[in-house]
Amino acid sequence: MKVLVPVKRVVDYNVRVRARSDGSGVDLANLKMSMNPFDEIAMEAAVRLKEAGQVSEVVAVSIGTDACQDVLRTALAFGADRAVLVQTPEAALEPVVISRILKAIVDEEAPRLVLMGKQAIDDDCNQTAQMLAARLGWGQGTFACRLALADGEARVSREVDGGTRTVALPLPAVVSTDLRLNEPRYLKLPNIMKAKKKPLDIKPLESLGVNTSTGIRCLGVSEPPARKPGVRVESVEDLLHRLKHDAQVI
Amino acid sequence: MTVLVVAEHDHKILSDAGRRAVAAATALGGDVRVLVAGHHCGAVAEAAARLRGVTQVLLCDDPLYAHQLAEPLAVLIAALAADHQAVVAAATSHGKDVMPRVAGLLDVGQVSDITAIESPTVFQRPIYAGNVMARVCCEEPIRVLTIRTTAFAPAPEDGQAEITAIAAGPDPGLSRFVEDAMTRSERPKLGAARVVISGGRGVGSAEGFELLEAVADELGAAIGASRAAVDAGFVPNDYQVGQTGKIVAPELYIAVGISGAIQHWAGMKDSKVVVAINKDEECPMVQTADYALVGDLFEILPSLRDGLRQMKA
Repeated sequence: MKVLVPVKRVVDYNVRVRARSDGSGVDLANLKMSMNPFDEIAMEAAVRLKEAGQVSEVVAVSIGTDACQDVLRTALAFGADRAVLVQTPEAALEPVVISRILKAIVDEEAPRLVLMGKQAIDDDCNQTAQMLAARLGWGQGTFACRLALADGEARVSREVDGGTRTVALPLPAVVSTDLRLNEPRYLKLPNIMKAKKKPLDIKPLESLGVNTSTGIRCLGVSEPPARKPGVRVESVEDLLHRLKHDAQVI
Repeated sequence: MTVLVVAEHDHKILSDAGRRAVAAATALGGDVRVLVAGHHCGAVAEAAARLRGVTQVLLCDDPLYAHQLAEPLAVLIAALAADHQAVVAAATSHGKDVMPRVAGLLDVGQVSDITAIESPTVFQRPIYAGNVMARVCCEEPIRVLTIRTTAFAPAPEDGQAEITAIAAGPDPGLSRFVEDAMTRSERPKLGAARVVISGGRGVGSAEGFELLEAVADELGAAIGASRAAVDAGFVPNDYQVGQTGKIVAPELYIAVGISGAIQHWAGMKDSKVVVAINKDEECPMVQTADYALVGDLFEILPSLRDGLRQMKA
């Protein structure tokens, strides 16, 4: 069976971004970009299923500008068999639009499983997997920390408030990954070299005939309010005194 | 305008998060209706009917909703949404699971994790792990919204709405409940606690967390953790505070042996007072906390516990 893994190119998680002073957006010029960390976990999960002989083909897909080819090459170095770039003029599309585009790709590729990150660390939306599952009429296993395929079902343990919940989803299904599903592998140089030769198809967005309109738009961004500078205390007694008398929180 | 709130509950008790979602819905203006879908959940409907601002409670009591699975719930909510201009839920793991599926069925965009409501169509929400605030305008025909619970106070209980029973929706048959493995804790819930004490890699072991528990007992605090402490197996993963874990905003947050990566700050930076206890005076948590105590946590925590005991005595 085939697995589709959508991956997103985002600012590297170690980089601290700032709002532009005119509030028009976030300045991303010259910042290090990487594959969204949750998508790396989804890639790793897909490749492990292939290595276990449960999956025959892993296809990575990214939606964005030509620059997204770098994260698709990373996906290929993880072990994806081929990659698809849905080429768009702008980098940032709303999850609802992304879910329409992914639906079109799923209709073409007919995977039995879509494995993707639970959220992107730039917009922090946590929407696309659920929206895609709804659109496809498939079951969803969100925030997966364990995943097993057996008897035509995906058995997914999900991280929920208060603990873990396990559900069974008849395939095809959409699964979104949480941090603890696995530890993504370190990419070795020979695999990075091999990835350069693997197929990467480029599809212009227009070729998919997807409606890209949305009623959501960003009016502007700002820096969150800064905290007042703190004080260094010298002892436990000093700390307790300040918490009781200055801050009045104990 | 009519707003539908999806109540979160365990079939017996309406969650604190659900009460906060009602307060946010009231801030949108208009009629607020609450959907209580579950099994043997009449008590939840009665609690929802008492919340200020609620005009009607829709009670859908059916075994289909016994496990709150997203697939049948989303079908029910999307069908009801057609008569509303907005659908609101708390951005808990339940709201995050269900609401985008509702938005997907309705083919509308969603605004996640709202921290402020400027107008019925303009909201604020954090992006980039809370390092940037975005103002977002939503002009979808039906606004699907999740709210950050720490940004809204729970709705007070002085209302009296009528309860209307409604029929269950269809069963899409796309998922099956297998089992729950919940973490048992007598402590206050992390998301709602007035005081949170969290440990990081510096705590060193599960046994080290017993020192935090002793302090938490004196303060009536909930226990949290950084990702490093969870990954190291010191505590279960639902203790994690941060961009990918729980978002908390207690009056007092005590970070013990936590260096303070941006992903951790994203989960606790709205705390009123932050205390750092760490041996590394250069780490971001010590640099940014309101009160920083530099030293060995294995000496500081026991004396903190003793100091708190003396204050009470």
